Amino acid sequence: MADASVGGMDAAPIGGAHDAELYHPRSWVTKYVFSQDAKVIAIQYSVTALTIGLVALVLSWLMRLQLAFPGCFDFITAESYYQYITMHGMSMVVYVLTALFLGGFGNYLIPLMVGARDMVFPYANMLSYWIYLLAVIVLAATFFVPGGPTGAGWTLYPPQAIMSGTPGRDWGIVLMLVSLMLFIAGFTMGGLNYVVTVLQGRARGMTLMRLPLTVWGILTATVMALLAFPALFVGAVMMLFDRLLGTSFFMPAIVEAGTHLRHGGGSPILWQHLFWFFGHPEVYIVALPAFGIVSDLISTHARKNIFGYRMMVWAIVVIGALSFAVWGHHMYVSGMNPTFGFFFATTTLIIAVPTAIKVYNWVLTLWRGDIHLTVPMLFALGFIVTFVNGGLTGLFLGNVVVDVPLSGTMFVVAHFHMVMGVAPILVVFGGIYHWYPKVTGRMTNDVLGKLHFWVTFLGAYAIFFPMHYLGLMGVPRRYYELGEMAFVPPSAATLNVFITVAALVVGVAQLVFVFNLVWSLFRGTPAGGNPWRATTLEWQTPQTPPAHGNWGGSLPVVYRWAYDYSVPGADQDFLPQNQPPAARTVPA
Amino acid sequence: MPVALVLVAVALGSVLFHVLSPWWFTPIASNWQYIDGTIIVTFWITGIAFTAVVLFMAYCILRFRHQDGRRAAYEPESKRLEWWLGAITAVGVAAMLAPGLAVWGQFVTVPSGASEFEAVGQQWQWSFRLPGPGGRLGTSDARFISAENPLGLNPGDPNGRDNVLIVADDLHLPVGRPVKALLRSVDVVHNFYVPEFRAKMDLMPGLVSYFWFTPTRIGTFEILCAGFCGVGHPQMRGNIVIEPEADYRAWLQKQQSFAQSSPQGQASNAR
Ligand code: HEM
Ligand SMILES: [Cu+2]
Ligand SMILES: [Cu+2]
Repeated sequence: MADASVGGMDAAPIGGAHDAELYHPRSWVTKYVFSQDAKVIAIQYSVTALTIGLVALVLSWLMRLQLAFPGCFDFITAESYYQYITMHGMSMVVYVLTALFLGGFGNYLIPLMVGARDMVFPYANMLSYWIYLLAVIVLAATFFVPGGPTGAGWTLYPPQAIMSGTPGRDWGIVLMLVSLMLFIAGFTMGGLNYVVTVLQGRARGMTLMRLPLTVWGILTATVMALLAFPALFVGAVMMLFDRLLGTSFFMPAIVEAGTHLRHGGGSPILWQHLFWFFGHPEVYIVALPAFGIVSDLISTHARKNIFGYRMMVWAIVVIGALSFAVWGHHMYVSGMNPTFGFFFATTTLIIAVPTAIKVYNWVLTLWRGDIHLTVPMLFALGFIVTFVNGGLTGLFLGNVVVDVPLSGTMFVVAHFHMVMGVAPILVVFGGIYHWYPKVTGRMTNDVLGKLHFWVTFLGAYAIFFPMHYLGLMGVPRRYYELGEMAFVPPSAATLNVFITVAALVVGVAQLVFVFNLVWSLFRGTPAGGNPWRATTLEWQTPQTPPAHGNWGGSLPVVYRWAYDYSVPGADQDFLPQNQPPAARTVPA
Repeated sequence: MPVALVLVAVALGSVLFHVLSPWWFTPIASNWQYIDGTIIVTFWITGIAFTAVVLFMAYCILRFRHQDGRRAAYEPESKRLEWWLGAITAVGVAAMLAPGLAVWGQFVTVPSGASEFEAVGQQWQWSFRLPGPGGRLGTSDARFISAENPLGLNPGDPNGRDNVLIVADDLHLPVGRPVKALLRSVDVVHNFYVPEFRAKMDLMPGLVSYFWFTPTRIGTFEILCAGFCGVGHPQMRGNIVIEPEADYRAWLQKQQSFAQSSPQGQASNAR
């Protein structure tokens, strides 16, 4: 590992060293609205995504209220409940988390962390955001069209998604599919940018194996998204054709309430393959950036190098690759050839090994560290707990025969919320508290941050941990009311009330977060350039917040990996990546 | 200190919840106690892993929390430790996967003596079909469905004539005999799920899926739909009555066959 930390410039003459011609905004509108600066685009992405996140959060309250107090709220009908579920799930996964991690964190951090002035294709990058915004508007519009949004569940399984037993069959599903296609088009423009910028735009000396893990996570996730989203795209096109033109890609011969539909010969299971070929990698598209960011948070706030950097990089890449070979675990009981079960169970459980190694390396980074329990660090710790919990229940659902009783129950809901809802969201929060000082120049309020952390972490755990046991008992998911079920004891209703109360409390805690962000913008203590005393390049910019072009007169030159914390013999407990080795004189 | 204590509380609280909470499997009523067994093995292994990781974190926070003058160790990697941990994990994973795959092998291998029944789903009710004295289920297709032929039996297939149809009513099965469930949907995806049997499988329009089980307990069990199928999804219930062989025979006698219930069933007589 020695060469990773002390290797000089000569180790890595790479591209991107020459200074690129930079686009310069001419007016307020091109500076802050139609901006081509990745930092502004990042903020646009993040604010938009957080806004939908709040909508999706409110929808989750409504669902929880219905589950705890069935029949008490007149406006929550079966139709609207399924519309809430669908809009909540799809928004959270695609329009909130994917957009936040790649469009938000990716845009802000990639150029700064690799030492570039901006993304390589700033114009396409700008388009990426505006198309995303259009996708969001189309999605939101479904609340106002006749029939309302689709209630097909976020998996949009045909034939049900385009049949009249499902709400939003007229407009909702059409606009949902269009919105997804827009999202994918917009994402592709941003995604190509992220990949090319990481590969081509790095500063001198920034070898791949010196990249912070945040960049590795975002890069791998972006490559995966570029490979996975097209499957959803073609699926969406086919379903639109089925719905609007009367084709039968996904529609076999069907009798709906006594009437023969004019469809035949299609395969609903084909949609499931396309959907999950996208859908499973999607889980990791959300998880890998979180893995990367949390590694950097832990290392910085424990003042210690990330343990096993190379293994961490390999684990990210291997997980990314393997996750394209496991989609069938969502279809164990779909009626596909059961022999597939052997294959997909094996691949799925194999992924557990590199994933576990990442967990070990995070906790081993804490070992013999100098742990500062800052707000970002608390969120990172909360992530480990919830991610380990959710990852381990994945071993139940991945192990084909164990999935048989649990699939389609609340166990699944609890599992995926823990692992891809709560855990990544905690990283989003941790990341925002961590980089807010760089983005705004001010610190967030510590007390409010800690309050937000404790309520969110413990509250979310209280929501989703007990929920597994409802599923174990056999309570199915996507039931807007349980009704009478002989095997469900009355105590389950009490548990549902408890979960709902916890969900409401967690929801309210998010207002503390929003307040903190806004308040600190004006009243936060000035942060200085590098308040966390971190090594990575974004903290070494000449101005904070970084100005257009990021680096002022000359680009940074990188001399070391991203994790030189507490290096023996150094007088500070961190050595920035652009700090030349002590033994050498600074090159002119 | 408080942070470490909370983490300990989370780890131990989770274990206590697991042990003390009243919410657990429903008592089993089929041969799939192997599935329960695999789940319990998985609970042990994952429970140990979870508690170990969280307690280790709590210890680190307690022991290595920042104090004036503390400096972290500089330790980029340890190949040996990483490989060891990876290997232990692989062993744990294999200990879950091996029994899992073995039981899956049983799950997909229908015993040769199993009798058959068919469950047909439509928004939002269950219907069933049993072979008649001829012992075979006739072919079927959604295209044949009509008011006279609600389950879409092929009027041209003589095997279908004597099939027993149970439309929107309870299904009865004899206790202790393996059965193969054939599953078919005429509209959207549904899922046949009886929590007490553990097993479940989708009804995928356009194909016939299957699974098998042996009912081991006498009683009436509720069939739930576990595959989202539109607004009526939670109301899509049915009953399955498991009873001694003699009672089952008596019940079967009273059911109507396709030929008895439908002119189309007789039409196939004529061919
Ligand atoms: C406090 C926060 C949250 C609460 C209380 C909550 C609650 C719920 C509830 C009650 C359901 C419906 C369960 C059912 O009956 O099937 C649901 C579904 C879902 N949630 Fe959340 N949720 C939260 C956060 C999130 C986050 C952060 C994500 C991001 C991944 C997410 C993703 C989903 C998905 C994908 C579904 C499935 C939708 C479907 O079945 O089609 N949720 N959530
Ligand atoms: Cu998956
Ligand atoms: Cu259903």
